[in-house]
Amino acid sequence: MSLLDTHIGFVEALRSAGLSVSLAEGLDAISALEKVHWHDRETVRAAYAATLVKRQPQRVTFDAVFDIWFPRLVGSGVAGDGLEPASGPQDTGPDLERFREALADALASGDGQAQDGRTLQDLAVEAVARFGAMPGRGPGLSSWSAYTSLQRVSPGELLDRLVQGLLGEGLDDEHAQRVAGRRIGEFTRLVEGDARRRIAEEKGPAHVVDVTVRPTIDRLDFTAARRSDLEEMRREIYPLARRLAARLTKEQHARRRGPLDVRRTVRASIATGGVPLTTHHRPKRPHRTDLVVLCDVSGSVANFAQFTLMLVFALREAFSGVRAFTFVDDVVEVSDSFRPGADVVEVMDSLAGRISQAALWGRTNYGRALTRFAEEHPDAVGPRSSLLVLGDGRSNYSDLALPVLGELAGRARHAWWLNPEHPRHWGTGDSAADRYGEIVAMVECRNLAQLGEFVHGIV
Amino acid sequence: MTTWFESPDDAAARLRETGYLTDDATALTAYLAGALEKPLLIEGPAGVGKTELAKAVARATGAELVRLQCYEGLDEARALYEWNYKKQLLRIQATGTDQAWSETHDDIFTEEFLLTRPLLGAIRRDEPTVLLVDEVDKTDIEVEGLLLEVLSDFQVTIPELGTVTATRRPFVVLTSNASRELSEAVKRRCLFLHLDYPDAERERAIVTSQVPRLDERVVAQLVDVVVRLRELELKKAPSIAESVDWARTLIALQVGDLDEATVARTLGVVLKHSSDQQRAMKELKLPR
Repeated sequence: MSLLDTHIGFVEALRSAGLSVSLAEGLDAISALEKVHWHDRETVRAAYAATLVKRQPQRVTFDAVFDIWFPRLVGSGVAGDGLEPASGPQDTGPDLERFREALADALASGDGQAQDGRTLQDLAVEAVARFGAMPGRGPGLSSWSAYTSLQRVSPGELLDRLVQGLLGEGLDDEHAQRVAGRRIGEFTRLVEGDARRRIAEEKGPAHVVDVTVRPTIDRLDFTAARRSDLEEMRREIYPLARRLAARLTKEQHARRRGPLDVRRTVRASIATGGVPLTTHHRPKRPHRTDLVVLCDVSGSVANFAQFTLMLVFALREAFSGVRAFTFVDDVVEVSDSFRPGADVVEVMDSLAGRISQAALWGRTNYGRALTRFAEEHPDAVGPRSSLLVLGDGRSNYSDLALPVLGELAGRARHAWWLNPEHPRHWGTGDSAADRYGEIVAMVECRNLAQLGEFVHGIV
Repeated sequence: MTTWFESPDDAAARLRETGYLTDDATALTAYLAGALEKPLLIEGPAGVGKTELAKAVARATGAELVRLQCYEGLDEARALYEWNYKKQLLRIQATGTDQAWSETHDDIFTEEFLLTRPLLGAIRRDEPTVLLVDEVDKTDIEVEGLLLEVLSDFQVTIPELGTVTATRRPFVVLTSNASRELSEAVKRRCLFLHLDYPDAERERAIVTSQVPRLDERVVAQLVDVVVRLRELELKKAPSIAESVDWARTLIALQVGDLDEATVARTLGVVLKHSSDQQRAMKELKLPR
């Protein structure tokens, strides 16, 4: 492959991974590369990043694609030529023992180097080369596995040893746990990266990019999010709310021209000899909605409900009032969890604690929850308020209480239903999304980007 | 034609001399912005040295800094140029009636009556110039349109005078807090750099260089606490500016050791939300 082919392929791969790289930016990248030396891979990476990535959330995707297209070494590299996949039932093999010793060493030292000078990165390469090979699989199947190597090496078992070592250095227990966890996580990440690199070498980078690169955090489905993703999303909520709020004030200012302010206009006209060259207007009073949020917090959609609630409450200034109720098969009000300026983590904990109160039998029952809501909080929904229902509409084939929802929606000024599932799943299995959708507007809301757009729209 | 920096290493070294410690990516991007003569868009949380980078480039290259602070409602007249209409009125009144209109017209639309604002000023300068457009995200979309011509061709079209083209292209730095997405058109014309919180080692170096009087051991303790604070879920994580402020506070209080009681007493310097402070108190197990 020539350099140009690599460049074109790389840009193509970025595009298919969701980055909008224009032709002009591709040309910029080439002229940037002409100006730098190529002896350092990180220089090339930084030059590409400066010219092609214009949005920080995309940087993760960019790095993943870059690692696949511009691998840091080929095969096991020059130093690793002697590495053979270990054979036999190796769990007790001396190789493994030796390797784990070296790894423990490298993890324990602050700079990530073993006594023989090998870095964590070198060890990760060795781990995949020796313990991650999967020989004997048919053609077309990947022959390297990060999973296998991590299973065999099991860095997690080194955790206690590492913590003990760090405690000896004078760190307190909690801090030591955190440092140890971070170093082991780092090693795991390196092993995964190296396995990807080797697979890309065999199958061609384009294929691997399609399969392994995940969408950016704001496009990631709530339902497909892993634990670490959820934490990252939680960190995104506050900045997202801030961006939305900034956008809202700006738009309200733009629409601000209310009735003519005669007093100010006449005053200003004195400067121009009594001719009212510029007119002044009174600001328009922004319309604020009263929002009632009704959330399904059963296991399948709990995360989605939490994010939406947090975002709505972070934007509370834009509404005249917000009341939130959670349900599984019974309803409980949670508005008081969201004090102004409350701490994110505490709110999350208190919400999680309330989930048990919202469940009598623990099986989602939309019909029962809606009926109970209408009975217990008849004053919640009025002609000035907007009703927002969050949930996937999967009601375990129970009674749907369609008339109750219809009555609630009829009383409210607006009513929406946010569904975290893809529209193609609506109405499949026990989902009643299509039937509820006939009564209130059903909106697809699968990721932070869509959520942000929706919340912006209703304010 | 100026060469701003010889190489990425040269950029790093010269910025270091002015007291701005870069990482490799920052130095390389600053070098590229000079070498390719493209504007540099810097994004990142508040207080990580976005504006400071522009100032450091100006200091390192001996260029003059022209600054355009953006705000909501900024318009052409305050960003680009404006006709000094009061002076024009005087001119018309002073000439009396014997001069033909066409002559007067030619007369009052000349350099003499032009008030240059930062953007035009930066383009017309003959000496090396660093143009800093600060907090671009605060402006309205219309101003972005205005920036396009300036940023891509380094020229400004004034209907009465014609097009003014830069004799010497300025080094343009735009900063943004990402409170709003900038338009694709602006982003496409810029190099992009995301400045983030530095790693512990670089932060130690920065604090030491900014507050040289503080004991190294205390600096290490301070950076340690700040790094831990950033790991918590806070509304506003402390940035470099806060670390430096904290270091100055410790100097002012003449504290020789950053123990838990001192952290608890001076936490207000780094955390500006009360809920953040409570969270930090709890997570760091500080005495109240």
